[in-house]
Amino acid sequence: MQTTEQLKIVIVGHVDHGKSTFVGRLFFDTGSLPDGKYEQLQEIARRRGVPFEFANLMDGLQAERDQNITIDTAQIWFRTPKRQYVIIDAPGHKEFLKNMITGAAHAHAALLLIDANEGVQEQSRRHGYLLHLLGIQQVIVLVNKMDLKNYDEKVFQHIETEYRAFLTQLGVTPKMFIPMAAKHGDNIAALSSKNMPWYKGLTVLQALDEFNVPPKPTNLPLRFPIQDVYRFDHRRILAGRVESGTLKVGDRLVFWPSGKSSVVNTIERWSSPASLTASAGESIGVTLTEQIFVERGQVASHEQDAPGVAREFKANLFWMGRANMEIGKRYKLKLTTQELECEVKSIEKVIDASTLGQVEKSRNHVARNDVAELTLHARLPVALDNHHRIPESGRFVIVDDREVSGGGIISGVKYETRSRDGVKSENLTWSKGEVLSKERAIRNGHHGAVVWLTGFSGAGKSVIATGLERELFSRGMQAYVLDGDNLRYGLNANLGFSPQDRSENIRRAAESAKLFADAGFVVITSLISPYRVDRVRAREIMAEGQLRFIEVFVDCPLEVCEKRDPKNLYARARAGEIKEFTGISAPYEPPEKPELVIQTSKQSPEESVAAVMDFLLQTVGVADTSYAI
Amino acid sequence: MNHLDILENQSVFIMREAFNKFENLAMLWSIGKDSTVLLWLARKAFLGHVPFPLVHVDTTYKIPSMIEYRDQLVKEWNLQLIVGKNEEVLKSGVTYPNGKATRVECCGTLKKDGLKQVLEKHKFTGVIVGVRRDEDPTRAKERYFSPRDKNMEWNVEDQPPELWDQFKTDFEPGTHIRIHPLLHWTELNVWEYIERENIPVIPLYFANEKGERYRSLGCAPCTFPVKSNARSVADIVKELRHTKTSERSGRAQDKESEDAFEKLRRDGYM
Ligand SMILES: Nc1nc2c(ncn2[C@@H]2O[C@H](COP(=O)(O)OP(=O)(O)OP(=O)(O)O)[C@@H](O)[C@H]2O)c(=O)[nH]1
Ligand SMILES: [Mg+2]
Repeated sequence: MQTTEQLKIVIVGHVDHGKSTFVGRLFFDTGSLPDGKYEQLQEIARRRGVPFEFANLMDGLQAERDQNITIDTAQIWFRTPKRQYVIIDAPGHKEFLKNMITGAAHAHAALLLIDANEGVQEQSRRHGYLLHLLGIQQVIVLVNKMDLKNYDEKVFQHIETEYRAFLTQLGVTPKMFIPMAAKHGDNIAALSSKNMPWYKGLTVLQALDEFNVPPKPTNLPLRFPIQDVYRFDHRRILAGRVESGTLKVGDRLVFWPSGKSSVVNTIERWSSPASLTASAGESIGVTLTEQIFVERGQVASHEQDAPGVAREFKANLFWMGRANMEIGKRYKLKLTTQELECEVKSIEKVIDASTLGQVEKSRNHVARNDVAELTLHARLPVALDNHHRIPESGRFVIVDDREVSGGGIISGVKYETRSRDGVKSENLTWSKGEVLSKERAIRNGHHGAVVWLTGFSGAGKSVIATGLERELFSRGMQAYVLDGDNLRYGLNANLGFSPQDRSENIRRAAESAKLFADAGFVVITSLISPYRVDRVRAREIMAEGQLRFIEVFVDCPLEVCEKRDPKNLYARARAGEIKEFTGISAPYEPPEKPELVIQTSKQSPEESVAAVMDFLLQTVGVADTSYAI
Repeated sequence: MNHLDILENQSVFIMREAFNKFENLAMLWSIGKDSTVLLWLARKAFLGHVPFPLVHVDTTYKIPSMIEYRDQLVKEWNLQLIVGKNEEVLKSGVTYPNGKATRVECCGTLKKDGLKQVLEKHKFTGVIVGVRRDEDPTRAKERYFSPRDKNMEWNVEDQPPELWDQFKTDFEPGTHIRIHPLLHWTELNVWEYIERENIPVIPLYFANEKGERYRSLGCAPCTFPVKSNARSVADIVKELRHTKTSERSGRAQDKESEDAFEKLRRDGYM
């Protein structure tokens, strides 16, 4: 039986670098073309007296074939024994950038092509940048047309070095680089041992199966934007799609930005198995116990982990409009199902995405194909999130004169923290002491920081934490371990192991760590911290206090942890004595971009501690050498 | 969620978006498998209701059992049906079966102009259509919300960007927007879903005693059955997992010239 996951891959890169040819050839070499298609394309080329092009499989419009150029993005289905793919071919010409964005916005992963002969070009970089903005983390780079460079390994290496450096600046780590000649099929379905014996990596076909389908964001905080309200009978049904998190019958919901609240009475579906919950990706209807007036555009959340509400926010934006985007002009903002008027308050920076350089300072408009950092001001409050926290409610489009003309992602949203009983502490500001953290750093010879160890029980967090503490201490540094069990002993004694309680446990640990780090300590936290969202929040808490945060993924296979079982917990969890035990009966979400990964099944505790020390010393060192560590 | 759940939920989202945004919304119903799945998805979206009329453009050359099946479902599911016919052309007799028009011309007047007349008469500004990207290379380039100008023309070289499920829902007076909730489905997905949901389909899709079935339904004179032994929905699913012939191979009008179908579609054909 086939697996049912479907992975969407977009093919991007500069014009004419061979994207459509690659797709055609991939289908040909894997025997995936429909019967008669190849002959039909050859016949057409013959009749028109032009050379046969594999690109014509994708370039379905007459205008595209006439000019040998892709104008609009197209999608086609492809299958490997592992799974089904949707291949999205995108145009490379600058003129059609909005079509490239349309294709890429739907993708989980990208193949970026670079012509070996022309090397890295303007759109190679701009597309790379846009992938990053669109939130596509999985990228493989294909260096195409190797035949034109005599299959020279040096050419390949040179392009790899140059482009890897470019992507690294963006924080994107390419999965791999593959040399290829799409036209001739080299390294697509089979390794080209004749032409490129020096290449020992995967074929492109094998590489596709290395991508992952990102999981639905069911463990993030709940966001349920209302799409419509139906009254087909006497009931009021709120229709919408759960964008993130999970919603249950009986949950109390708060609707933003209005702040109204009610409880879920029923979840409505038609001709589907009944269920008392609905998770990210599900389009459902909901009825409430108390009738309150809500309409399209309100975003429901739980009481804890509400979205931010603001009229002004910062964004990174790309512009596709014919007319420039200008300060003070009115636009329509569309974010989840919210729609309202907005204007650009200020433009912080306009970036040339093909160089990453800044366009002349103090320009007060954003032109077509530009990328900008700016501040938007909406006419009314908007419910929103930071994109890196919840992508679905952290991105928006701008409509100018009936046309979708720009897209952006949000950053810098401040969340109101609410205490457990839902009482929020108003009018509090962080009071700064007399002693500056710089002074503390100079006295201590290092900055305060938080080393956040995360991983399964038994992965080796405590061993690393105590080893690290000892090592730091013996160097005269201020260090302290915040151990999960110790916190539960006192500060968190009233918390259990439900997802909510785990989340609160982590929040308190993070807040405590923040105080220590602010006092100049290197704090080492040793908590399983299984949910990504909680760790992201810890990161945000440190960022607020301008404190260094080092997430260390203590990576050890579950089987190994279970075999170690130092506290006999796995055995008890298996026996059903411990409920909601991470790895056995509760999920663990590995970090996506940790600062450091330590594989304790492959190295000794001393080696692990040394690896963290290396990284840490670089991070917390003080520039003034007279106080060097 | 498995892949059918993902497809279904996405289609429901799109359909609800269309219903919210267009005062005058209709759905085309060709009686075929796709538009019947679309109808089923509408009932999912609107919790058992179909809150807009269905438009069937009748060329009068449809296979007779299609019309019977149509009228039966209208009764059973309590649907509002609008039937459009290009009476003028039918009266004049300039059609392909009469030998007075080419296949493509005939599609142009009976289907495309027939549709245009219905849209104008009822002032529909949004029309839901069950086309899929895997059907042919021009449909592979479609948007979920695809604008058509005053003359119903499709400007395929300059389509609106579509990202993050934010669609073009603003349109100029006199123009309309086609909404394509099935765009991301394949023919196989459609049959897998029919199987899972037990959706009634017209028996013309199943193989007869001669070992032939229809894969795609159009007008009788221009649609031909394909060789097949698939006698049930499950058989069809099995057959499609292995087939390498394309779905519209039984549609004659696509073959009159290299870009016949593209031209029809630019001019406003579905
Ligand atoms: N020599 C050589 N030519 C190639 C190779 N791959 C593609 N080409 C040629 O490069 C030209 C452009 O190829 P396309 O596939 O249309 O390029 P594209 O990247 O899809 O172009 P746009 O979509 O318009 O951006 C065609 O003439 C191809 O035959 C290759 O590996 N070697
Ligand atoms: Mg191309």
